[in-house]
Amino acid sequence: MAALVTTSSSGRPGAASLRPRGGTVATGGTTLDALEGYELFAHEADIGVRGWGPTREKAFEQVALALTSAITDPQLVESREPVGICCEAPDDEVLLVDWLNALVYQMATLAMLFGRFEVRIHDHRLEATAWGEPLDPLKHRPAVEIKGATFTEVAVRRLEDGRWLAQCVVDV
Amino acid sequence: MDLSRLERIDATCWRIEPAGAMRVPAVFYADEGLLRDMDDKVAEQLVNVAGLPGIVEAAYAMPDAHWGYGFPIGGVAAFDPDEGGVVSAGGVGFDISCGVRTMLTDLRRADLEPVLDRLADALFRAIPAGLGRHGSIRLTTRELDAMLAGGAAWAVERGWGRAEDLERIEERGRMAGADPAAVSNRAKERQRPEMGTLGSGNHYLEVQEVESIFDAATAAGFGLQRGMIVVTIHCGSRGLGHQIGSDYLREMVLAAQRYGIRLPDRELACAPIRSDIGQRYLGAMRAGINCALANRQIIGHLVREVFAQFFPGLEMPILFDVSHNTCKQERHRAGGRERTLFVHRKGATRAFPPGHRDLPEALRPWGQPVLIGGSMGTGSWVLAGNRLDGEKAFSSAAHGAGRAISRHQALRRWRGEAIVAELHRRGILVRSHSMRGVAEEAPAAYKDVDAVVEAAHAAGLARKVARLRPLIVVKG
Repeated sequence: MAALVTTSSSGRPGAASLRPRGGTVATGGTTLDALEGYELFAHEADIGVRGWGPTREKAFEQVALALTSAITDPQLVESREPVGICCEAPDDEVLLVDWLNALVYQMATLAMLFGRFEVRIHDHRLEATAWGEPLDPLKHRPAVEIKGATFTEVAVRRLEDGRWLAQCVVDV
Repeated sequence: MDLSRLERIDATCWRIEPAGAMRVPAVFYADEGLLRDMDDKVAEQLVNVAGLPGIVEAAYAMPDAHWGYGFPIGGVAAFDPDEGGVVSAGGVGFDISCGVRTMLTDLRRADLEPVLDRLADALFRAIPAGLGRHGSIRLTTRELDAMLAGGAAWAVERGWGRAEDLERIEERGRMAGADPAAVSNRAKERQRPEMGTLGSGNHYLEVQEVESIFDAATAAGFGLQRGMIVVTIHCGSRGLGHQIGSDYLREMVLAAQRYGIRLPDRELACAPIRSDIGQRYLGAMRAGINCALANRQIIGHLVREVFAQFFPGLEMPILFDVSHNTCKQERHRAGGRERTLFVHRKGATRAFPPGHRDLPEALRPWGQPVLIGGSMGTGSWVLAGNRLDGEKAFSSAAHGAGRAISRHQALRRWRGEAIVAELHRRGILVRSHSMRGVAEEAPAAYKDVDAVVEAAHAAGLARKVARLRPLIVVKG
């Protein structure tokens, strides 16, 4: 699967960010050089979101950034207003899908976009704060509407070097 | 797709015989060219579907099949509740009852030409489309529940459209068995600002011209004439449908173990039809169908209002309104006897044959209109339900042309502004809120709808009646 946009650990797009990478993601993180980051990957009619980081929580924060990047450039989203989110699920995959679907729900009902996230996971419970601002069609020029996160290509796992990866396909 | 594991039955029918966990064969209706272009994953997914409990006859792929969530898009599968049959949220899709409505006019292109630009602008202003653009209709909780139970019939009662519209909509505009209580509050909250909105992605509103007629008698029966102007709306159940999909997919994933259902793919999550979850999902899904029908009824009404500004007194009757992401309870002959089956059509359109009692009287001699949309700026088709050598795929047909390249690749190849300019040169006006969205929906990003329709026709799923070409495209 080709990467669409890749960012470095600070969250700023790197120079190579817009060049797609061919081939599949290898286990062991050979295509993921930065400590933490996110990317979109191609999937048929929809979009794959992927995040990685030194902890499971960081991976969840990064994959949320990937979700925003499917809609707009996260740099355009000011992190002004906090929104609290919590969810609980029996396994990591369901927890990831729940997390992203909670963001989809908040974006839809609050008409907001989010640019920064803080995630805490304890046992099977996730508590997070998402910061963002009201969606402004002229400023953000949203490209797609996310319908929901799916279990397609879902993964929450540790890479060989100990970093965590979280990904799934979202329906747009 | 690697065709070596498929057995060729004829030019447009291929089979994988049951093996391993499959309970029935996987059958593909497509010509060799379309099949080769399909990802191997389509076969893998169809084989998985063929292993689900209570599946009857075969798991079917339509000519436009492509890789989906669990079920392939362009997939048809029917289940018998008496045999432990299941219902699957993944087998319906996230955009429950996404569908197409076509309305007729007695206008010709010459009538539109003096006002084409202003008409395009007026439609763009009147019908909210795209992310962040909300409708002005706000329903109370009680009205929302009434809408979920009443569908297009509810909308007509509230003043959107006319009573005679209903007989030209599947289920006469109101899906029976809807259970608003089975729809979560989250789903209802998501829907609040979205009544009467078009959405984004591959949803659209098009003003089209009937370019060619292939079946003169049926076209006349449908009220179509060469050169006639028609208007087509493609959209679904909006946020409510998506949330129902998410809610129940999760429930079914977690419950699958409890019902002893082995899921080769979590997206295939399902539940026995005769289970609490199964029944609640059916109730919620039917409410989602009503939401889509109500939404298209409202948008249809808004379209009529816009046209009335330019052409006072214009009638704009509905040809038909079809849905292509549903699970319907139907009677079919399978395995030598009549039975009640739950037919999942995901990215597939129901195509009742001539004589079917559920068709309105005026259409019964011809079969059900099957409305198939092409990509932006290409063409669309009107087909008719058929019955050549018996019923095929539980009277189902394709729904459109699937994507040929990913959104990402489309963005790398095309710019929205250039696409709009090119289409303008070809006499097609595009109005969209997102140039990136236009690029992702570029005409060449999709497969050839004509090839899909030819294969559907050759396979006997539905027969060609008319081809439509776009004049105005409104997108989110």
